[in-house]
Amino acid sequence: MKNSTFRMVLLAFVMISFTIAGCAKKDKQDSKTKKNITIKGSDTMVHLMSSLAEAYMKKMQGEQISVTGGGSGTGIAAILNGTTDICASSRDMQQKEKDEAKGKGVNVVEKIIAYDGLAVIVNPENPIKELTMEQIKKIFTGAYKNWKELGGSDQPITALSRESNSGTYVFFQEHVLNKENFAPSVKLMPASSSIAQSVGQDKWSIGYLGLGYTKEGNVKVLNVKKDENSPAITPNHNTVLDKTYSIARPLFLIFNGEPAGVQATFLEYAMSPEGQKIVEETGYVTLK
Amino acid sequence: MNRQRLKAKLIKYFLQSCGSLSIIIVLLIFLFLFKEAIPFIGSPGITELFHNVWNPVSFQKEEFGIVPLITGSIVVTLLAIIIAVPFGIIGAVYISEIASPKEREFLKPFIEILAGIPSVVLGFFGLVVVSPLIKDVFQLNSGLNALTGSVLLALMAIPTIMSISEDAIKSVPSVYKEASLALGASKLETIWKVVVPAALSGIVASVMLGMGRVVGETMAVMMVTGNSPVISFNPFSSVRTMTATIAAEMGEVTIGSNHYMALFWVGIVLMLMTFGLNLISYRVLKKYGLSEK
Repeated sequence: MKNSTFRMVLLAFVMISFTIAGCAKKDKQDSKTKKNITIKGSDTMVHLMSSLAEAYMKKMQGEQISVTGGGSGTGIAAILNGTTDICASSRDMQQKEKDEAKGKGVNVVEKIIAYDGLAVIVNPENPIKELTMEQIKKIFTGAYKNWKELGGSDQPITALSRESNSGTYVFFQEHVLNKENFAPSVKLMPASSSIAQSVGQDKWSIGYLGLGYTKEGNVKVLNVKKDENSPAITPNHNTVLDKTYSIARPLFLIFNGEPAGVQATFLEYAMSPEGQKIVEETGYVTLK
Repeated sequence: MNRQRLKAKLIKYFLQSCGSLSIIIVLLIFLFLFKEAIPFIGSPGITELFHNVWNPVSFQKEEFGIVPLITGSIVVTLLAIIIAVPFGIIGAVYISEIASPKEREFLKPFIEILAGIPSVVLGFFGLVVVSPLIKDVFQLNSGLNALTGSVLLALMAIPTIMSISEDAIKSVPSVYKEASLALGASKLETIWKVVVPAALSGIVASVMLGMGRVVGETMAVMMVTGNSPVISFNPFSSVRTMTATIAAEMGEVTIGSNHYMALFWVGIVLMLMTFGLNLISYRVLKKYGLSEK
C-alpha cells in the first residue's frame, strides 16, 4: 500500500520534470520560425485582432495565433519584457518606452494597420450636443465641474476614463489634454464596456471610448469642434479618414525587429484588401 | 527492519517539509517583495511614497504617493465591517441558539455558497444592480463610490464572520446558559448577557479575519469604486484601493521601473496590514484558548 504511494509520488515527479523540460525546449525555439505566435495589447483592438487572427488561421492551416488584451501599456511592456511576439497598440510608443527598449536590446518596429476615432459620450438625457476640444480638456482636467458652465443643466459632472494601462487613456491624455494630468476625481474604469455601461446609467456622466464600442449601451455620441469657430463634426468612417474629426488615432502592430516568418505573413494579411475588409466590418477605419 | 526505519524517517522528513512549506513560502514572498522594492529608496527616494498624489502615468511628473490608496482601502474596509458585523453576529446567534436543527441544516450550506461566489461575479452584480440602487437611494450622481464597494465586500465578509462566530458561540459551555435560565433570565437575556459576552473573543477574532479578507479583496472593488485616487473619508466619494491599484497597473509596467517598484511598496503595505490583522486575531483566539480546539 505504502509502496504504491511512493511510486505515485515518483511518477508525479518524473512527469513534472518532463513537463518543465518540454516548456524550456519550446521557449528556445527561434521566434522567426515558430508557427505559434501571440499577440498582446490594446483592449480597443482585441476584437479586431481576434477577427483577423481567426480569418488568417482559417486560410493558413497549421499556424496558430493567440490574441489577448490587457491594454496597450501592457502589450508594450510585454514586448519589452519578451513575453509576446507582436504587440497591438492603440498609441505609438513614448520616448521613455523607446529608451527602455534600447536598454533591453529590443529593436521595435511599428506598423499602422488601421485607424480609430475616439467618441466622447454622454447619457442620452443630457441636453449637451457638442463640445469643443478645449471644453473636453477642461472637463477631464477638472476645470469644469458643473454642466452649467458648458451651457447645460445645473448638475455636477462625473468624468469617466479608462485605467492608465489603456492606450486610449494615454492617447487622450496626450492629444486632448495636451499632456496635462487627469484630475484625481476622474473615475478610472477597468474596461471600455464599463464606461458605456456607467454612462448609460448615470445621467450626468461623460466618458470616451473607441468608435467600435459606441453601439454598446444606451449612450449619446457628442459632436466635437476643433475650436470655437470650427464646425461640429460627428465621428464616423469618413470624418476619421479625412481627418476632419479631431480625436482620431492610428492603430499599430509593434514587432521586435523587422517582422519575418509568420509575423510577416500575418502583417501582410492585415494590410491586404481581405484584412482591411475585416477592419471595416469590426467598426474601425481602414487605411484608405 | 532497517529499511522500515529508513522509510519511517523519510516519511517524517517529507511530512515535516510539507508542514514548514507555508512558512518558507511566506518568508520567500516577503523577501521577494523587498528585493523588488528596495531600489526605490535610492533613486526616487522613500519620501516620494508619503505624498498625497498617486499619478504614475503622466507627461508632466510621475507621482507615487500611496496615501490616497491607503485611505481608500481603510474607508472601504471599515464601512464593509460596519455593515457586515451586525448581520454576521446576529446571524451566528440565530443559527447557533435559536434556529431549529432543520433550519440550521438549510441555512449553513447557503452561507457557504455565499462565501464561494467568485468576486468577479459579485463585482458584475455590483456594477449592474447595487451601484444604480445606491445612486437612486442616496440621490447621487454616480453609483461608483466607496459605499457600493463596501456593500459588496460586506457580502464577502459576512460568511467568514458568521461561521467563526457561530463556532465561538457554540463552544460556550451549556452550564452557563442553564444557570442563567435557572436564575429566571429570559432566552433573549441569556443570549445577549451571557452567551455573547462569553464568546466575545471568538467573535472579535472572526471580525478581524473578516477584515483581513476584505482588505485583500480586489476584483469586486475595482469594478465598482470608481478608482479615483483622492483622499476622502466620505462614503459617497470614489476611492482607489491598494489592491485595485496593483491589479490594474501591474500588467503595464516595465520590470524595474520606478512605477514597478512603487507597486511593490503598495504590496508590502498591504501584506503588513493583513499580517497585522491575522496576528491580532490569532492573539485574541489564543488568549482565550479558542485556537486549541
